[in-house]
This record gives sequence, structure tokens and C-alpha cells, in this order.
Amino acid sequence: MKTVIIKYNAGNVQSVMYALDRIGASYIYTDDESEIRSADKVIFPGVGEASTTMAYLRKTGLDKIIPSLKQPVFGTCVGMQLMCRFSEENDTTCMGIFDVDVKRFPATPGFKVPHMGWNNISDYKGALTEGLADQTYMYFVHSYAAGICDYTVASCDYVLPFSAMLHKDNFYAAQFHCEISGNAGQRIIENFLKI
Amino acid sequence: MLTKRIIPCLDVKEGRTVKGVNFVNLRDAGDAVELGAMYAAQGADELVYLDITATVEGRSTFIDLVRRVAQTINIPFTVGGGISSIADVSALLHAGADKVSINSAAVRNPDLINELSLEFGSQCIVVAIDTRYVETSNGMQHIVHTHGGRKPTEIQTLAWAKEVEERGAGEILLTSMDADGTKNGFALELTAQISGAANIPVIASGGAGTMEHFYDVFTTGKADAGLAASIFHFREIDIPDLKQYLAGKNLPVRIL
Repeated sequence: MKTVIIKYNAGNVQSVMYALDRIGASYIYTDDESEIRSADKVIFPGVGEASTTMAYLRKTGLDKIIPSLKQPVFGTCVGMQLMCRFSEENDTTCMGIFDVDVKRFPATPGFKVPHMGWNNISDYKGALTEGLADQTYMYFVHSYAAGICDYTVASCDYVLPFSAMLHKDNFYAAQFHCEISGNAGQRIIENFLKI
Repeated sequence: MLTKRIIPCLDVKEGRTVKGVNFVNLRDAGDAVELGAMYAAQGADELVYLDITATVEGRSTFIDLVRRVAQTINIPFTVGGGISSIADVSALLHAGADKVSINSAAVRNPDLINELSLEFGSQCIVVAIDTRYVETSNGMQHIVHTHGGRKPTEIQTLAWAKEVEERGAGEILLTSMDADGTKNGFALELTAQISGAANIPVIASGGAGTMEHFYDVFTTGKADAGLAASIFHFREIDIPDLKQYLAGKNLPVRIL
């Protein structure tokens, strides 16, 4: 099986690579279109700011390549946000794979932003969360979140309910960091590779 | 619900933990990777590795250690100790650290906080604040200290906490040097004051001696996370017991 991690100007993706190493999965880290298109599985990680990363995706054409992929694609954190329609983070038009907007957590007493730490996800369904115990905790670090929508396959609650995971056709996404979410996060990566 | 985090801190010198004793089930308690993996398996929410080596050789040993920790454990970890430049941070993040903690260098050059958060994102920049309650020309005040808490500055702790947030810090690691090592409890009033004023998470450090102390710092102290070293290393408190205790008192904690 050929797994590609998409290379772009995202922040540190080292922990994603190590997570794949731990489960014994090989991968190629590349931005080459033919390599990406010929992969069995594509991982689109993300750490960074929406407008800068989106501008980079446009410049390199990845903004057109990613939505046109037919194999299973898994976006995490900012990767998930860039797969949505629009992000309030510097008013960024994103790739629009998921028809939902990404909004900043509204300032609310008692809720710090970023939402940082372990929070439980709930109401999950679908292949990626198979075998997870109910109300499993995942590690989140983010200031913006996608609302609940038709594609929500796992939700989380901070200030208000938001999408912890999205799924549409061959596109899967998680707002939390599977790679550092303990054994539960590892299970999600394993489930993705098994699709 | 977002949980309160329990964070063991491992002091590392020449790649080995300094306080890691009393773990009969470990092959090598001085092995910082093995100790961290054990804490992760016990349900620690994050780890902090603090490099207390001062030499150049020690620095490269530490980066190698960071790489091995990242390869081995699957929970977030922060690294700190002697970080003073974008290059330092870049090397540590590329080795696989999730966050870096800066301390004296931020006090010396506050712009560094802005530069690092712009370059790498606020989420991975932790500013560690070592503070003492000392006599000043304006009476007793909480004052920021540098160099492992030995050297006083003229900066008030609350003002500095607000400033580091404005400059882009993603988290504050607040250590009360007065409480540190006493095992008499965290500095509750100060932690509550800082956590109340900051809109970023505050990790309380210094003074943990009992499970009640953690309860107190999460309630009265309003802390988002509690950090301790020796009580975990010497097995005075086991993390699973601590989590059960806190859950029994209705605090949100992650139990494996």
C-alpha cells in the first residue's frame, strides 16, 4: 500500500510521520502530483495559519489536486479546516470539500482560546472511529472550529458543539491531533489505513 | 468536556533523567524515554522535558533524546531549558517536540515571543514564568525571576503574564519558586490571579505534595494543568490514583 503525506508549508509534520512509523506503515512525504494521485491513501496534515497555508496551496495547485482525489484522503487539524468552505481565520476561502464554515470560538468567560488539551468526542459513526470506546478523549489545539453539519461524524463540545470529525465520500477529517492522542488516536490512523 | 491536565516534568542532564529513581518496574529509571513512556501509559496528559545541561554537547544529546521521545510516545510533550533563538526552536520542533518552553530568553528579549509565535504558531510556544514573592521598593510583590529562579528582575509577574499573552504565547507555565520543593501545595492565590487574567491556558507548577493540592489548584487556583516532578518520580502519587481521586471529586479528567 502506498501512503502519501502531502508536503506543503504546514508546520511540523514530524509527529505524524512518527505515528505512522509506530504502526509500521510506510509513507512518502511529497508534493508531487503524480505521486499523490497514484497513492492508495493520502494524509493531509496541518499546523499553521489558514490564509498563509491556503495561499501556498493555490500557488502550488494543490488546492485543485486535493479536492479532485478519488482515493481516501484524511485531513487533520488545519488540514481539516482547509477542506471546509471558508475560515474566519483571516477571512480565508478554503477548498470547499465540506460545505461548512470554520469560525473562531466566541469569547466566553471561563473558556480560554485556544481550546487546548484533551476533550471527549461523542456521537461518532463510520469507519475511522470503529472500535473506539464511547466518549473517547482526543488531544485538541485550535482556536477555530467547523460547526455541526451534515458531514459531522463525531462531535465535541467547547463553548458550543463543533465537528470533531467530518466525512464525505472519500474525504475524512479530524480536528484533533490523532498522532498525539494516545492509543485512541493511533486507532483512528490505523482505521484510516485499513479503509 | 475539556479535562484538567496532569503533567509530569522530567529534568534531563546529558540525556538522562536526574530525579528518576524508585521505579522498580523500569529497566533503567534514568532513561528519559522509558520513564516518559511509562507516564504516558499511566495516563499522563502531557510531558515536559527540561534540559538542565549547559554544554553544547549536552544540547545535541538533548535533541537526540527529543527525537527518541517523539518516536516512542503518543501524547504531546513540551521541551525547555536554554532555548534562546528561532534556530533552537526549529531544531527541537523538527526533532518532534510538540511545544517549546522559553523562559530567561523571553525576559531578556520579549520580541522573541512574537517572532516564535509568528514563525511556528502560538500553539507551540509556552512561556515559563518563574516567580517569587519578594520585598521591593513598593512593598511585597510577585516578581519574575530568571536563571532557574535565582536572579530577580524588576518585572511584576501579573504584568508579564499579560504581556506574554499579547505577544503570542500559547500557554503559560507558572512556577512559584516560593512553593517549589516545599510539598505544601501550589501557590493558589497567585495562580488564580494569573489564570483569571490570561485568556490562554496556565500550567501551575511548584509545591505539589498531595492529591488534594491538585484538586485545590484546579478549583481555587483556576489552573488548566498541574505539573509536578518528584512526587511522581518517587511514586508518592501514582497518576492513575490521582486521576481517580479528581474524578471522584467531579473534576473533568481523562481516565484511560
